[in-house]
Amino acid sequence: MLSRTADNLYWLARYVERAEYLARILEVTQRLTTLPLAYVGSSNEWESAVATAGCAHAFAATYPEANEETVTDFLCFSTANPSSIRNCFEIARTNARAVRTALTVEMWDAINGTWLELKRFGNGPTSREEFMRFLRWVQESSLRFDGSAYRTMLRNDAYWFSRLGIYIERADNTARILDVKYHMLLPAHERVGGPLDYFQWAAILRSVSALTAYHWVYRESVKPWLIADLLILRDEMPRSLASCYENLVDYLDHIARAYGRQGPAQHQARNVRARLENSRMEEIFQRGLHEFIGEFIDSNNRLGAAITEQYLM
Amino acid sequence: MAVAFDEMNGTDGGLRPAYGELSRWLAEVPPDVLDYRRREAEVLFRRIGITFAVYGEADAQERLIPFDVLPRILAAPEWDMLRAGLEQRIRAINQYIHDVYHRREILKAGIVPEDLVFQNPVFRPEMNGQKVPHDIYVHIGGIDIVRVDAETFYVLEDNARTPSGVSYMLENREIMLRLFPELFARHRVAPVENYPDELLATLKSVAPATSSADPTVVLLTPGVYNSAYYEHSFLADKLGVELVEGRDLFIKDEVVFMRTTQGPKRVDVIYRRIDDDFLDPLAFRPDSALGVPGLMSAYQAGNVTLANAVGTGIADDKAVYSYMPAIVKFYLGEEPILKNVPTWRCREEEHLSYVLDHLEELVVKEVHGSGGYGMLIGPKADKATIAAFRAKLKSNPRNFIAQPTLALSTCPTCVDEGVAPRHVDLRPFVLTGRDRIRIVPGGLTRVALKRGSLVVNSSQGGGTKDTWVLDH
Repeated sequence: MLSRTADNLYWLARYVERAEYLARILEVTQRLTTLPLAYVGSSNEWESAVATAGCAHAFAATYPEANEETVTDFLCFSTANPSSIRNCFEIARTNARAVRTALTVEMWDAINGTWLELKRFGNGPTSREEFMRFLRWVQESSLRFDGSAYRTMLRNDAYWFSRLGIYIERADNTARILDVKYHMLLPAHERVGGPLDYFQWAAILRSVSALTAYHWVYRESVKPWLIADLLILRDEMPRSLASCYENLVDYLDHIARAYGRQGPAQHQARNVRARLENSRMEEIFQRGLHEFIGEFIDSNNRLGAAITEQYLM
Repeated sequence: MAVAFDEMNGTDGGLRPAYGELSRWLAEVPPDVLDYRRREAEVLFRRIGITFAVYGEADAQERLIPFDVLPRILAAPEWDMLRAGLEQRIRAINQYIHDVYHRREILKAGIVPEDLVFQNPVFRPEMNGQKVPHDIYVHIGGIDIVRVDAETFYVLEDNARTPSGVSYMLENREIMLRLFPELFARHRVAPVENYPDELLATLKSVAPATSSADPTVVLLTPGVYNSAYYEHSFLADKLGVELVEGRDLFIKDEVVFMRTTQGPKRVDVIYRRIDDDFLDPLAFRPDSALGVPGLMSAYQAGNVTLANAVGTGIADDKAVYSYMPAIVKFYLGEEPILKNVPTWRCREEEHLSYVLDHLEELVVKEVHGSGGYGMLIGPKADKATIAAFRAKLKSNPRNFIAQPTLALSTCPTCVDEGVAPRHVDLRPFVLTGRDRIRIVPGGLTRVALKRGSLVVNSSQGGGTKDTWVLDH
């Protein structure tokens, strides 16, 4: 297939995934900020949201202060922020339009419908209720697009490249939450933090839609090192780094088999996966959770670059 | 102006046989059913129209082309005559273009004036002496045809560059099959759905000699902002070929490649929907970002086929049009089956004096003009306008041609007041490959929806109809 087509499919999937992630972060932030200060401490959750979204620098260049209004605008509706939810959907649709024939009718309807409906929300919600509805809608739109792709696409390279986009983006997103919140998850933290941190931990789990999953996997109360374990090493957790890499290796192998050739992308993905498979949580904590996450984000970016170089240009 | 010939009722109100079933059906079907179907068609088209619309952005709604649910019907013998005429004309056009870029016999014989060719901006000196595969230049031709009575069809215009509209022909039929199965059951309508297959076969048949046994065909589009992008993506999808933009292609050692996920892949045939001017910034407009640098060198080396060929404008220019009957005779030694609209060339003295004597009944056009500019419509002009135009014409007669005002045929059409006659034209699509000429029966019928209007252009209130050719 055309490299441009594959590139468009890859980024289309990435941007839809990113929009969903932003919506989940904002939902969680909104929830945390409604709790009395005694429960969550005095940290600025809005600032943390911007950091988790990975655009602290761009934000600081635009706004003097991180609060509900500025962060909501920047992450959702700003045209100046290339990764705002609005821009994610705009870019996703532009990509979809350019590769219209590589999409199924259902996928096109999903992304085009989302884009048309986006106009309904104008330049921002008029109330908190409407804002919550907006965030729900963003997540539903992403589910609808992903579901259409899953149910209707032929299982060929077009599908595999769009899946690669999803998992690279998802791995990056989960890693970024860990990067911003790692200090909450250090084993020592429990002793100093005490019950105060429960809501922060729950928020982390919610932002990767894993609160219920946690209880099913561990069958015990929320413990920070178990959260780290769930988000990093557990295969069965769909947004964990391990699960993302299981999928990345799998889809890259599909492509390599179909094209009859392995390349740097396959090697890079397998290396990262092996690293995750051979790690134990105790050891990661010993060597430094923050360093581990930092290295992971770099490796993930390198895989993205390798995929681009090998296939998309 | 004479009373227009109606394709259902003739000029005297006698029902013509091809329309017998449609006429009976119209009499039986309650008006509300027809109205309901009409609205249903609108809904269906709007849904497709969403895809039309999104490409047009803000003014998308206006760019939806209205669809009329009553088919335009041609009887088998009528179509047989048209098909024979179209084949003949396209064969002559291909030989003429080849001649113009090679031996120039038609110019030496004084049949087409040299200045019309060499001073024409669409003439491409790069094509002089250039071999193209199987000497075919116009692989996809769109010939616009109008009808004035039961026997007489005229060619109004030849489109030998990048004719569009075939997606409407195909979509119109799909909608009709969905909405009017019972009407199809009462007719034997020749299918058009094989057009993409025929097009692909045509394109593959003209692959360069250096290509592999299974040549790679692509469709080159200017991109999503082009008004015909929907058609480009629609056709690429139906053909099962890659829809490429200029940036997806590159040239290495005079061979064209596309950038794919499996590395560079050789391209053999390019169905291009980009004008000559924009094809290659190294050969034509240097500011073109749509083309592929070096494409002309690959083309001249014979490593890629462009469909249509470069420089075909020399056959569909308005100035050349009036010579088409002579062109047919010159190359084929046959009488043209399809007539031209009678045309007076003001560059010739006898013609000029006739035109000057009959200005109030003629349409006078500039030879290089388009879009109706610099045109005199005699029957609709006042004395002062005619006098002014007369002076203009006398000062530079070479720049003008004149034609009679035609009474285009009408077809029954659903309009707000009910079913009423409206003027139509027809654009059949003629495919020329190495092995043969292929024409799917029918084409795109455009209809002027305003009462009395002769303008079928979609920008001015024109719509489209499905075109039925009845089988033998």
